[in-house]
Amino acid sequence: MRHIISILIENEAGALSRVAGLFSARGYNIESLTVAPTEDASLSRMTLVTSGSDEIIEQITKQLNKLIDVVKLIDLAESGHIERELMLVKIKTSHDTREEVKRMVDIFRGKIIDVTPSSYVVEMTGQSSKLDAFIHGFEEGSIIEVVRSGPTGISRGEKGLHL
Amino acid sequence: MELSGGQILVQCLKDEGVEFVFGYPGGSVLHIYDAIFHQDDVKHILVRHEQAAAHSADAYARATGKPGVVLVTSGPGATNAVTGIATAYLDSIPMVIISGQVPSPVIGSDAFQEVDTVGITRPCVKHNFLVKDVNDLAETMKKAFYVATTGRPGPVLVDVPKDITDPNIKVPYKYPKKVVMRSYNPVVTGHKGQIKKAVDLLLAAQRPIIYAGGGVILGEAHKELTELTHLLGYPITNTLMGLGGYPATDKQFVGMLGMHGTYEANMAMHESDVILAVGARFDDRVTGKLTEFCPYAKIIHIDIDPASISKTVKVDIPIVGDVKPVLEQMIELIKDGKHKPSKSALESWWQLIQSWRDVHCLEYDRESNIIKPQYVVEQLYQVTKGDAYVTSDVGQHQMYAAQYYHFDKPRRWINSGGLGTMGFGLPAAIGVKLAFPEADVACITGEASIQMCIQELSTALQYNAPVKIVNLNNRYMGMVRQWQEFSYQCRYSQSYMDTIPDFVKLAEAYGHVGMRIENPEDVRGALEEAFALKDRTVFLDFITDRTENVYPMIEAGKAHHDMKLRVAPGTPVDRELS
Repeated sequence: MRHIISILIENEAGALSRVAGLFSARGYNIESLTVAPTEDASLSRMTLVTSGSDEIIEQITKQLNKLIDVVKLIDLAESGHIERELMLVKIKTSHDTREEVKRMVDIFRGKIIDVTPSSYVVEMTGQSSKLDAFIHGFEEGSIIEVVRSGPTGISRGEKGLHL
Repeated sequence: MELSGGQILVQCLKDEGVEFVFGYPGGSVLHIYDAIFHQDDVKHILVRHEQAAAHSADAYARATGKPGVVLVTSGPGATNAVTGIATAYLDSIPMVIISGQVPSPVIGSDAFQEVDTVGITRPCVKHNFLVKDVNDLAETMKKAFYVATTGRPGPVLVDVPKDITDPNIKVPYKYPKKVVMRSYNPVVTGHKGQIKKAVDLLLAAQRPIIYAGGGVILGEAHKELTELTHLLGYPITNTLMGLGGYPATDKQFVGMLGMHGTYEANMAMHESDVILAVGARFDDRVTGKLTEFCPYAKIIHIDIDPASISKTVKVDIPIVGDVKPVLEQMIELIKDGKHKPSKSALESWWQLIQSWRDVHCLEYDRESNIIKPQYVVEQLYQVTKGDAYVTSDVGQHQMYAAQYYHFDKPRRWINSGGLGTMGFGLPAAIGVKLAFPEADVACITGEASIQMCIQELSTALQYNAPVKIVNLNNRYMGMVRQWQEFSYQCRYSQSYMDTIPDFVKLAEAYGHVGMRIENPEDVRGALEEAFALKDRTVFLDFITDRTENVYPMIEAGKAHHDMKLRVAPGTPVDRELS
């Protein structure tokens, strides 16, 4: 099963490689990983998407907790949460197709943020499945480039992951 | 007080109460070595190879309970130490390693003797640090000792670039009394409700067994374990790492369990209905085939490391906490409670265990006119009155030592259980002897293992650390040969050497005493003579039976009740030995 693990970790050199190294050394999957400092610059927030049986996920969270730099973590999949991913897509356009692409972007509530005579760059956020659906809406060959951030997430309600 | 980085490091060690630093100098640590030169409080032990520095420090920690300290230079100094660091990591031994690094401005430029030490050691340390500012040095050292010695202990490495130790840059020094790390809070007390549940389950057991590991020794809980075991009257087994955590000569002790454990220990595990696992980690050498591991048992597991719980074997009642206070609470609950273990159930359980004991799985041919390795260990046990510190290397001799030297006290049995590092024994013996100069220290080894760190004979002489090397010389890598015999139809691929040195001459060349013993009747006398030579290192080269194997054996992938036992003495065995 897919799990989203949200980690507060000391913002130190090497902290990311401790997490990545743990996954490769123990043979766990990483589907995606995003990391950036939080409002407290000494802490980074990491969102890690992984999959595995309950036993494996239990080991992953225990092993992550064991890393000295990890301050706190939660498995977002255990309760109500919201997840979002950012995507930038560069799409080929021509005089004939521009309107159609624009309509698609509107349906998916994206934004066109760069325009040339032959291309658009579209910015879109949403759940990963929505981003997948947008891409699948285009014919093969019309997409020049896709950049995705990987999902980030936050729990619903008042409670939060903080010190 | 204003000090340079080099002086700070040495002062930190003094303030930590460090007695010995095991190390080897080199370019990146010269400032530190100069600071060592100017003082006498911290004694530096110059090894002959950095791997040995780590092993000696590691064994010092195992024997004393205090953290071992290592100092090596950048590049090859650090990489040579990696085997020793990994050895300590796998056995959860507290150790602090200071490694030199090239100066900060040239890090990343492939400078001379540069290697990414923090990167290389990351998977085999509990934690590591790269010091970037001399003002952080003292606090980093305090953190290193704190992390290494608390929770589940382990090695911590501090990588120090050369410019940080520059003698011309002095900063105010104050060694912090304590450090707080918001990301590191090891759990110490077990959950009360879980402990209560565990006691209830334990008292209701019909066929209970206590399975205790190295955590008992690391957690200084041997007294509590012994008290609890006596209070319950249950059988107890130790892992290889746990030997000495419970007195081996006690009648409730059924021997070591696992791959080369006793018949009674493994059978009792297999047939048990409740297991109390204390500071043990269900290692594959202990469990055998996981799907058939203890099929009838409910399992209670006490461990300080939450990640050890349900890692390989799913347990029923986990208790995360320091074993000592948890055992104390269990003892209290049992003493205060109304329930007592069922006498009749226990009686029939012990009868069953006795029937397994009657198999006498550790019997061997005592009539042989070739020296049997087991006999040497038995004689060593008698000559040293069971009171020596025994280090070992890895292989058959390690198993004979574990099976035939009965450890009644913790911290007497010093071996590389997790990583299985050949070359550990001799530097380990030196580390122990330095800690306890008056004690008898024996290194049980084989002719293959001993050659992996033989250069340390020189260190033993320089620092007057007279140890006794008990070399069980069967002219084979015995354990490899045994597996090749069982699983590869006796194809002895690369498991023996044609050119084994004359160890007597070798010992003499290093300034020690060498003895070669070829007859069983000379074994006892040679050992007595060696231990009477209090101030000399003695290399006892016992020429032992080439064909002897370690029994019982659970072959890889088999279950506890599926043991290979020794065939009766004198039964012809179909094999060819060159």
